Amino acid sequence: MSTLSLAVRDSNTMLRRNLLHMRRYPSMTFLLIGIPIIILLLFVYVFGGTLGAGLGPSGDRSQYANYVTPGILLITVVSAAQGTAISVAMDMTEGIIARFRTMSIFRPSVLTGHVLGSLIQTMLSLAAVTGVALLVGFRPTANPVEWLAAVGVLAMITFALTWLSVALGLVSDSVETASNLPMPLILLPFLGSGFVPTDSMPTAVRLFADYQPFTPVMETLRGLLLGTGIGNNGAIAVVWCAVISVVCFLWAKSLYNRNRTA
Amino acid sequence: MTSSMNPAIVATDLRKSYGDKVVLDGVDLMITEGTIFALLGPNGAGKTTTVQILSTLIKADGGTARVFGHDLAREPDAVRALIGVTGQFSAVDNLLTARENLTLMADLCHLGRAAGRRRIADLLDQFDLTEAAGKPVSTYSGGMRRRLDLAMTLVGEPRVIFLDEPTTGLDPRSRRAMWHIIRALVAEGVTILLTTQYLEEADQLADRVAFLDHGRLIAEGTPRELKRLIPGGHVVLQFADQEGLDSAARTLQTATRDDAALTLQVPSDGGVGSLRSLLDQLDRASISVAGLSVHTPDLDDVFLTLTGQPDTRASRPDHERAPTR
Repeated sequence: MSTLSLAVRDSNTMLRRNLLHMRRYPSMTFLLIGIPIIILLLFVYVFGGTLGAGLGPSGDRSQYANYVTPGILLITVVSAAQGTAISVAMDMTEGIIARFRTMSIFRPSVLTGHVLGSLIQTMLSLAAVTGVALLVGFRPTANPVEWLAAVGVLAMITFALTWLSVALGLVSDSVETASNLPMPLILLPFLGSGFVPTDSMPTAVRLFADYQPFTPVMETLRGLLLGTGIGNNGAIAVVWCAVISVVCFLWAKSLYNRNRTA
Repeated sequence: MTSSMNPAIVATDLRKSYGDKVVLDGVDLMITEGTIFALLGPNGAGKTTTVQILSTLIKADGGTARVFGHDLAREPDAVRALIGVTGQFSAVDNLLTARENLTLMADLCHLGRAAGRRRIADLLDQFDLTEAAGKPVSTYSGGMRRRLDLAMTLVGEPRVIFLDEPTTGLDPRSRRAMWHIIRALVAEGVTILLTTQYLEEADQLADRVAFLDHGRLIAEGTPRELKRLIPGGHVVLQFADQEGLDSAARTLQTATRDDAALTLQVPSDGGVGSLRSLLDQLDRASISVAGLSVHTPDLDDVFLTLTGQPDTRASRPDHERAPTR
C-alpha cells in the first residue's frame, strides 16, 4: 500500500474513532457551542445598544448584531480549539496511544484523526451559532458563492487553529494545562476588529489589532457575509492560515514522535 | 511447542538511561521462536523499559536488537508489522465498546471488511467477551479489560507478543484464565516475551527465565536450571523455648539456628524418608518441637539469593554473580 493511501485509510479509521467519542460524550460539544452563544447574547442584548451607536450615526442594536457575528464565529472556532487541546491531552494519557505507536500504521494518523474530527465538530458548532445569530438579528447579504467562500475561510482558520490546539494538547503535561493554554486565543477576536472597529482603539492596541491574524479573517468574513470592503484581507488571511497550519503541523508531529520517558 | 531453534528476538547490549539514572545496563537476550521467555524482576529493574525498546516504543541509547532479522532502529515498521504488545496499563479505548475496539484494530491492520468481522467474532468468542461486546469498556472488570486488551493485540495475528505484567492486579481465577490463553498462543507457534513480578507465573509458563535487577541480567536459564543454582530445600523447626533450641542444635550439627525466632533450619530434600529420620532423631533425644515447616526451593529463593540484600549488592564482586548462561 502506498504511503498516501495508507495515510488516508488510517486517518479515516482514526476519524471514525474520534467521531464515536464525540457521539458518546456530546456534553463537551454542547459546552463548546454554549460559550460563543452566551457571548453573542451578552454583546447583542447587553452591550449591543451602546456599541451599535458607536458604529455610526444610524448604528443600533440590530446593526451591531451584524457587526459582531464574524467575531462570534471566531470565538466559536477558538472555543472548539480549546476542546481539541483537552481531548488530545486526555487521549495521550490513555494506554491505547502506546498501542498505536507500536503498530505498523501511518504514524500521524492519531493526530489527523483528531484534526478531522474537530474540523467536523467545529463546522457543526459554527452552523448552530450562525443559526442563533440569525435569530437575534444577523442579516447577511451574501449570495451562495459568498456563503461558500465564507465557509471556506472558516474551515481554513479552523484547520489552522486545530493543528495549533493539537500541538498545545501534546505539549501539555496535564489535561488542566491543555485546558488553560489555548485561553489567550479567546481574547484575540476582542483585541482585533471582532467587537469594535480598530480605529476606535489607542495606537498601540490598534497596531496589534490590525496586524494580528484574526483581524484579516474577520474582515474577510464580514466582507463576504455583509458586503463590506475586503481589500487585501482575504489574501492576508489565507497566508496566515497556511503558515499557522504548516508550523503547527510540524510542531505537533515532532511532539508526538519525541521519546516519551513516562 | 515447536522445537525449531529460530531466534525470534536477538538483543545485544541494550542500554538506556534517563538523565543520571541507568535503567538498562547492557542487556543481552536471545529468544527462540515459539517459546515463552519470562523477564523477572522487582519494580524498577528495567522490565518495562526492555519491552518498550523491543516494541519500538522508545529508542535504546545503545545496543542493537532484531525481531525476525529486522533491525529495530532501521526497520521499525517491519518490526511493528510482526509484533503485538499488551502493556502494563490497559491499552484499550475506554469510550468504545469491545466490538468497536476490535473493529478499530481490524481497520488499522487493514483486514478486509468480511475477514475483519470474522476475526472479531472469533476473538470475542475465544476471550469470552461476546455477551459484553456492545457495552462500553469503562464498565468492564479488570479481567475482562485485560482479555480485551490481549484480544486487540491478536487481531493482526502477530508472531511475537510482548506481555508486560499481563496478570498484575488480576484475581486468581482471571490469572489462571490468562495463563490458559498464553499457553494456547504458544501452542500455535507464537513467541512470547513476558514480564512479571510473580515467580510462580514464570515457573508455570516460561520455557526460559531471566532475572533482571538494576538494569542487568543476573541469571538466565530454564526454571529447573535456575532452581539448581541455589542450595536445596530445608526444614524449619520451631521451638517453644531456648532450652529446646539449644539441645536440638547440639543434636543436629548441620543446622543453622536463629535465636531470636527460636527456629532451626535443617538442610533437607523435603522427602518423607528424610523427614521421618529427622523426627526420629529428635524423638530419641527427647526434644519436643513446637512446629515444623518444609521448604522446597522455588524461584523466589533463587531471586532472593541472587539479588541478596540491597546494602551488600554494591560490594558484591562480579564473579559471585550467577553466570548469564
